[in-house]
Amino acid sequence: MSFLDLKNVTKIYPNGTKAVHETSLSVDEGEFMVFVGPSGCGKSTLLRMVAGLEDITEGDINLDGKLINEVDPSERDVAMVFQNYALYPHMNVYNNLAYGLKNRGIDKETIEQKVNDAAKLLQISDYLQRKPSMLSGGQRQRVAMGRAIVRNPKIFLFDEPLSNLDAKLRIQMRLEIKKLQQKVGVTSIFVTHDQVEAMTLADRLAVINNGIIEQLGTPIEIYDNPKSLFVAGFIGSPQMNFLDGNIKNKTLSAESFEIKDIDSDFEGEVKLGIRPEHLSQSENSLINLKVDLVEQLGSDNLVYGQLKDKKDFCYRCPGNLTIEKGADLSLNIENNKYYIFDKSTGKRVN
Amino acid sequence: MKIKPLQIIAHIILILGVLLMVVPIWISFASSSHDSVTILTEGMKFHIGDQLARNYNEVLNEKGGWSEEVTAAKMFINSFIMALGIATLKVVISAMSAYALVYYRFKLAVPIFWLIFITLLVPLEVRIFPSYKIVSDLGLTNSYTGLILPLVASATATFFFRQFYKTIPDELLESAKLDGANAWSFFIDFLVPLSKTMIAAMFIFMFVYGYSQYLWPLIMTTAEEYWTVVMGMKIIYTESYEGVALPRTAERFAYIILSMIPPVLVVVFLQKWFIKGLIQTEK
Ligand SMILES: Nc1ncnc2c1ncn2[C@@H]1O[C@H](COP(=O)(O)OP(=O)(O)O)[C@@H](O)[C@H]1O
Ligand SMILES: [Mg+2]
Repeated sequence: MSFLDLKNVTKIYPNGTKAVHETSLSVDEGEFMVFVGPSGCGKSTLLRMVAGLEDITEGDINLDGKLINEVDPSERDVAMVFQNYALYPHMNVYNNLAYGLKNRGIDKETIEQKVNDAAKLLQISDYLQRKPSMLSGGQRQRVAMGRAIVRNPKIFLFDEPLSNLDAKLRIQMRLEIKKLQQKVGVTSIFVTHDQVEAMTLADRLAVINNGIIEQLGTPIEIYDNPKSLFVAGFIGSPQMNFLDGNIKNKTLSAESFEIKDIDSDFEGEVKLGIRPEHLSQSENSLINLKVDLVEQLGSDNLVYGQLKDKKDFCYRCPGNLTIEKGADLSLNIENNKYYIFDKSTGKRVN
Repeated sequence: MKIKPLQIIAHIILILGVLLMVVPIWISFASSSHDSVTILTEGMKFHIGDQLARNYNEVLNEKGGWSEEVTAAKMFINSFIMALGIATLKVVISAMSAYALVYYRFKLAVPIFWLIFITLLVPLEVRIFPSYKIVSDLGLTNSYTGLILPLVASATATFFFRQFYKTIPDELLESAKLDGANAWSFFIDFLVPLSKTMIAAMFIFMFVYGYSQYLWPLIMTTAEEYWTVVMGMKIIYTESYEGVALPRTAERFAYIILSMIPPVLVVVFLQKWFIKGLIQTEK
């Protein structure tokens, strides 16, 4: 059994909303697990069940070899960083950090030692006497993390902790969280709807949709090998291009081109997925793109345009290529990196 | 800086308001420093006279009542104890019952809240006979407990505390729970400090409420040693009809001025808290 074990966990809210369906998942000790999915998919609910803030309708959760379904949140030894931090407004930073330790009956000197260590680690030593209202967003974020770290809990839970920060700070804090987690080595679950955040932070990530884990794996596995239409569309930026197609006798026809000898026995209606970055310009082309717009990011260009049948399409090319608006590009799929999904079920078929 | 006409008008209105409040008090105070004959013959005074110390000493220490034993000082102490007890218990009980109503999601929370709320329609004066019966059956007449206890439940304060607690984000509770807080420590460590301002305001209102009670102490007490200030006010006014001496008008004014001091002290003492809470907006 791994460190944290969810077995067939289901959550039905009193009003009948089924937020999580029979979800099973294990997290190893020291692992950084990320739950990613669109808003309302049940990520927070799942996290809150681990924390003990929501009752578990069905299933079991084991933490460190102990069934914790009925264990009170205060006894679970988990720490959580909330979206708007939930700092204690009437306590200064020191007491915000110390409160959890005091409740555990730890003596004063040890508390002081621990708080100071955590404050140093998070570079908030200078603000220990301030109230949260006198701190900036980034500083509050650090205090919230300090409050979690100082207790040395079995598991860290983060519920979209970066979403209240501006873009630059978000990237910086993302890095810091990752570094911190590696330094402290504590098992963590991080919830986000931002796939970039998910990819950069995760040791493994769980892509959740409608209360179901669609796919579980390392970021690269999921990027390279999405198992469903949803995962393929959700992970990767800019989004994967999808074209309607049809397979007959191992030949896929989509738009105005055909791919022969595909690696699938599937027959029927499909969606063909091609990532913008898996395309290149070549002579004997498959796809003809009429360019509408070019976004120059410096390192890359994002080329947006339309295919013959007016279908929107995106191509990502190195930033040193100059591409004019209105140009006609001939594109090929690199190394046969394309994905085929059953149109009716969304399941990957190649 | 140029003063706009609108500002002048605003100030005039404010100054008039202040005068309206302050002048009667000043007249009472000034009049309390003359002797009664002067007041009776010349009317009320605007300036301080020379009888200040004598009048106040007389009012505070002269023994009165049927038994000639109770002094005004004793009545002030009684009123103060009664008001303090009522205000303290009202605040404590209301805060705790609001806590139960908001945070313990039992099925009857809403009906119970409305039941408490309905008691607003049944003030003490309406239920004075049953209340008296209960208190006297418990043998609590002529005691501080009897003076205080029937007045400590407060729908108003419960309502205000409930509304306040509802504005506290759930995440604070959740966060505290994960930090190992139990029901009691969440109340003491979070709700009480967060509602400091509220507590101070409620305490002031309830103190004044308790201090100005008239009917209940009148019915409750037969022993003079439990008389309160407001009762004394009545006595000091009726006194002159019984005696042959001149009405002691100056002393009455002194008594009125003295009777204002305890509530004023409470306000002065608590306003620091009160204002601090108002200006230090804590998110
Ligand atoms: N307290 C609640 N009562 C009823 N339904 C809820 C409650 N909390 C969340 N939900 C519903 O459960 C689903 C999942 O919510 P949530 O876990 O918060 O999603 P996410 O965090 O992924 O955005 C949503 O449909 C939401 O409306
Ligand atoms: Mg959420």
